[in-house]
Amino acid sequence: MSDQQAKGCSIIEDTSTCPASRDTTPCPPFKDTTTCPYCGVGCGVVVEHDGERVSAVEGDRTHPANFGRLCVKGSALHETLGEEGRLLRPRVDGKPVDWTTALNAVVSRLASTQREHGRDAVAAYLSGQLLTEDYYVANKLFKGFLGTPHVDTNSRLCMASAVAAYKRAFGADAVPCCYEDLECAELVVLAGSNLAWNHPVLYQRLKAAKARNPLMRVVVIDPRVTDSCEIADLYLGLAPGSDARLFNGLLAWMEEKGRVDRRYLERHTQGFEAALNAAREDDTRLAAIARDCDVDPERLETFFYWFATHLHVVTLYSQGINQSSSGTDKCQAIINCHLAGGKIGLPGAGPFSITGQPNAMGGREVGGLANQLAAHMDYHTPGAIDRVTRFWQTASLVPTLPNEPGHKAVELFDAIERGEIRAIWIMATNPVVSMPDANRIKRILAACPLVIVSDCMANAEVLGVADIVLPASSWAEKDGTVTNSERRISRQRGLLPPPFDARHDWWIMSQVAAGLGFGEAFAYTHPADIFAEHARLSGFENASDKPGEGARLFDISGLAALDRASYEALAPIQWPVGRHAPGGTARLFEDGHFATPDGLAKLLPVRPRAPQQEVSAQRPLRLNTGRIRDQWHTMTRTGRASRLMSHRQEPFVEMHPADAESHGIADQQLVELDGIGGRYRARARLAKGQRRGELFAPMHWNDAFSGQAKIGGLIAPMTDPISGQPESKQGAVSLKPLETAWEATLIVAGDLAGTVDPRDDCAYWTRIPMAHSLRWQLAGEPALENRDWLAWAESRLPLPATQWSRDSARERLRASGLEAGRLRWWLMVGPPAALPALHWLDACFARGPDASLDPATRRRILAGCASGARDQGAIVCSCHQVGQRSIVEAIRAGDTSVEALGARLACGTQCGSCLPELKSLLEEESAHVSV
Amino acid sequence: MSQKSSQDRFPNASRNLPSDPCSAPTHLVIVGNGMAGHRLLSALLKHPERPERITVLGEESSAAYNRILLSSWLADEIERDALDLPLENIATAGVTWRLGERVVTIDRQRRRIHTDRGEPVDYDRLVLATGSRPALPDVPGIRLGNVGGFRDLVDTTWLTSRPAGSRAVVLGGGLLGLEAAEGLRKRGLAVTVLQRSERLMNRQLDETAASWLRSELEGRGLAIETHARLAACEGDADGNVTTVRLEDGRRLPAACVVVATGITPHTALARQSGLNVARGIVVDATLTTSDPAIHALGECCEFEGRTYGLVDPIWRQVEVLAARLCSQPTGGYRESPCATRLKVANISIYAFGPVETPPGHETLVYADPENGDYRRLLLHDNRLVGAVLYGDTTAGPGYFHHAREEHDLSACREVLLFGADDATRLLAESATRKLEEAA
Repeated sequence: MSDQQAKGCSIIEDTSTCPASRDTTPCPPFKDTTTCPYCGVGCGVVVEHDGERVSAVEGDRTHPANFGRLCVKGSALHETLGEEGRLLRPRVDGKPVDWTTALNAVVSRLASTQREHGRDAVAAYLSGQLLTEDYYVANKLFKGFLGTPHVDTNSRLCMASAVAAYKRAFGADAVPCCYEDLECAELVVLAGSNLAWNHPVLYQRLKAAKARNPLMRVVVIDPRVTDSCEIADLYLGLAPGSDARLFNGLLAWMEEKGRVDRRYLERHTQGFEAALNAAREDDTRLAAIARDCDVDPERLETFFYWFATHLHVVTLYSQGINQSSSGTDKCQAIINCHLAGGKIGLPGAGPFSITGQPNAMGGREVGGLANQLAAHMDYHTPGAIDRVTRFWQTASLVPTLPNEPGHKAVELFDAIERGEIRAIWIMATNPVVSMPDANRIKRILAACPLVIVSDCMANAEVLGVADIVLPASSWAEKDGTVTNSERRISRQRGLLPPPFDARHDWWIMSQVAAGLGFGEAFAYTHPADIFAEHARLSGFENASDKPGEGARLFDISGLAALDRASYEALAPIQWPVGRHAPGGTARLFEDGHFATPDGLAKLLPVRPRAPQQEVSAQRPLRLNTGRIRDQWHTMTRTGRASRLMSHRQEPFVEMHPADAESHGIADQQLVELDGIGGRYRARARLAKGQRRGELFAPMHWNDAFSGQAKIGGLIAPMTDPISGQPESKQGAVSLKPLETAWEATLIVAGDLAGTVDPRDDCAYWTRIPMAHSLRWQLAGEPALENRDWLAWAESRLPLPATQWSRDSARERLRASGLEAGRLRWWLMVGPPAALPALHWLDACFARGPDASLDPATRRRILAGCASGARDQGAIVCSCHQVGQRSIVEAIRAGDTSVEALGARLACGTQCGSCLPELKSLLEEESAHVSV
Repeated sequence: MSQKSSQDRFPNASRNLPSDPCSAPTHLVIVGNGMAGHRLLSALLKHPERPERITVLGEESSAAYNRILLSSWLADEIERDALDLPLENIATAGVTWRLGERVVTIDRQRRRIHTDRGEPVDYDRLVLATGSRPALPDVPGIRLGNVGGFRDLVDTTWLTSRPAGSRAVVLGGGLLGLEAAEGLRKRGLAVTVLQRSERLMNRQLDETAASWLRSELEGRGLAIETHARLAACEGDADGNVTTVRLEDGRRLPAACVVVATGITPHTALARQSGLNVARGIVVDATLTTSDPAIHALGECCEFEGRTYGLVDPIWRQVEVLAARLCSQPTGGYRESPCATRLKVANISIYAFGPVETPPGHETLVYADPENGDYRRLLLHDNRLVGAVLYGDTTAGPGYFHHAREEHDLSACREVLLFGADDATRLLAESATRKLEEAA
């Protein structure tokens, strides 16, 4: 084990930065370590704060997930905090109430629902955003005491297939690898993962490792050319959904070339022949595989050769594999290849599922998914129900464990629609946006007799369908632990008091439990109490050192004895943490022993299946969905940081230029997608990296930010039969230009944001928060007559236009409202391509009254930029707000490397997320010059 | 370079020029000591090749003065001295002024001039710079006492002596009328402006700018009547005006009436001498009349059907004629777009090109009523052909330059109203791009 690996598994003894030590250093600013709440990388951050406000965030150099690195989202964390937009008071039936009233309403309505309709008429829908402690309490309350199995989580949408595959193959929901494996691999295969955008810090680590080791190779397998291709030695732009065919082909090829590890297969696995036979049911000739996957045969052979001839191979996969109606089998096809080559349980080897959410794994550890019970025990695990009943009984009056697994996410909402489930508590997630056929989910919830929502943001769209709204604490307030993609448990620390009436989720649920008469079992006073109980349960009757009956791989009993101070000071650590591994475990299955009853890993036959959502004459285009670099989930948090809005400001659809042309669509034009459950309106982006006949659209936008840009509405609720994960990556849609009569940009001062609503009659609208103002991008229905905008402004805005300009031929208009020289609103009617970069204008909104503004300055306001100021183009580097045009100019001025660009413009020098874009700009320009 | 381009664009421009410029005349006579005559004299005096003798005949007895500043003097903003147009630091040897002397006839055969007093004057070359007269409407009573124009020192002196508190009517809502009205108002008179058309300064301002100007002036206390057609001036027993009557029957009391409804080229002398005269004295591109020994320039002349009232083209005429009289080659005078730069009652206005929007033309408009800042640009085929700037006019010359150079402004159309720098930069960028694409 290398030094670095050793460091990765050790408990860091430095407690100088923990809150407990603040007594000795009572002067602000305080610096505390905590964990970033965004993606599954789980980076450590150092937060500078004064006990009330966070002033700065930087990467924690001591945290083994990131060693000080931080992406732009993490770097902007402090910009997303603050009371603005927070949910601050409980509401019952739309009326603000105090906590006693709210809790009483929750208690009495849950109780009466169960009395009248049975225990399983109640459900919970949780989130990978919850801390492990919150998750534990939720799971215990619903499954253990309310006695309903219907508890599922949004992790279902993100990695349920990976979980199901791990459990089938290894006997446990256990990621075998750690981040260091990416650094010491000879070959890293990114399959269905745009690591560069979605796990930027891990990508930076991989990139740095590749720079250190010129022999390392990276293969990117993805239907579209993504920024992750920046470091790819080989790119396979395969047909969407053909992954299982590809890896089955690889398995057969390895066998044919004598590249399977017979000894490993015999000693440690079972099922190879069946898996191989299944793979051989298809034509195993390279040309046939290449044809079916629509990739170049030579490239395919190169990939096969590289995979087969290297031992230290990590296949890192994510939603591109998981979000499929055959996701579990796709994961299995990857696992099969790793087992067949013995490429697992070694440094730099293994099938590595990287999770999307910060605590998806923590949620699974406590049993947050519908098929799970608790502490990596499922309902069907022999003896598990009895064991958990006894464990929880120790403090419980009414142990009422159900005996059947509950509904998984999609089925859960179906059950609500059928009226079987009549009450649901939704925590920290936004299913009316993120679920497939999201518009239908909204209708279902609107009709559900009792919807309780705990959330921290007031703009979460799901609040619109809630009967009871409970304000929850948010990041930097919540206190507990999260587990990242490499099984590393880290503290997310509560540094600030929650604002007004916001409360911690565990507290809210414990109060409800007490109201329901379960007080003794939920007598927690601190998250440390909960964590200790969770850790004890993981070790309860767990002979984890011995295979077979009763042994569970997930064991953190080594942490069960933590007192409050040790919990406060807990350093990041990878489970299992048991008697035999008190310092945690970097890598699993090193001894070739798996968590299955017989200790053998399972290869399983995989039959490739086409996506269930079929393209048709009516919906001829394949829709791929995914994340973008600077946004997170449904934007309730990242949408507040203006610099995170500058990279991609509006919802968009990426398409191949030839597809655009054949549909009569120009770059930046508004378009409409029509899918099974709804429509999606967004701006076209032409991208040569997109395959013909396929589109890409981001998953983030929703009704809070745009008129019709919920990607969930385009995805049919088709799910994987094993994992229940929806097929979010393979929608079928039609595409057409959106007919509009006009386009307009309206910007209103931040303090007017709540009073101006320009959306009516708009065919398209998007809200784009800026630092001091709110921008609306609008487009009008062609049926409506062109507006008299000055009259409209007079009737709809807080003050009429004080200056305006007009272009008679182009029907362009600009106008603004100045109050004593203070900019209050700004309007441009015309395509947004004509807009300058809006930072200067945004800054104008922050200026105080100045009645002495001279005419020239006032005209600049209408121009939207400072005199002579260059419009630097679309923002590429969000950290330093550097635009494309400035970068291209610097390249033309002689900068030939990203380093030179960084030295001149500072772009790419902070989080590094934009380096791939910088690199492709450099390449484009050099191509331009050589032509 | 400029000469080449002018010939390219006006291939006929040089054809009127004699191929062999004649030698400088030994005695040049300039009839008229107004601004054009004076400017010509100044230009000649700076020239080593000038005519040996120059005689200036002026009908007004005063030395040359700046007519443009009369309104400032009327408004009591400047002293009388400020009007003087001295010939500073220039040797005036060989120049004779005969002021207060009216030319009666020209004997073109003998090249001799007869005046209303003094000796006749012989000339080798004669320049007519006789200017213009107020155009008086043909209505009864227009010759009554205290009805007059606002053209010269005499008129202005008359106006400055009008008693405060009395009523004045100004005919004409153009530049001159408004200046007279503002001057009188500042002197304490109750002033009404009568404008025939539907708006003030209808030849320079569009509806918006004109209405802003009207509100501004009304705010200061002027009464303004548009669509007001004068029917008659009515007087008392002494023959002095007391009332004006409009065509709609209204009658307005008036202790004085200022006529500022336009000017008429003063051509009586030329006509009588048998020169070719249309509205003005017809000249060619060398400012030569139908008699090769006689030139004309300024408000009295007519070139290609045009007559003149603003200084810019007249100054260019002076340059051409001065060169010609000094036997220097010139490109000849040619008509070119010309911008009006005005300051009415301390409001700056800059305008050129058509005021109405001709078919196929497009407009860009910027309005900031709070700050009295307005601009309207007229485009045809992405080229600037007209502009009205009201308030802040500093960008006017920049726009005028674009118009004169016929720049294709599509690259900077979006920012054209807001700042010259941006427009210039975008045009440069677009030009670079085109070069790159071509390469």
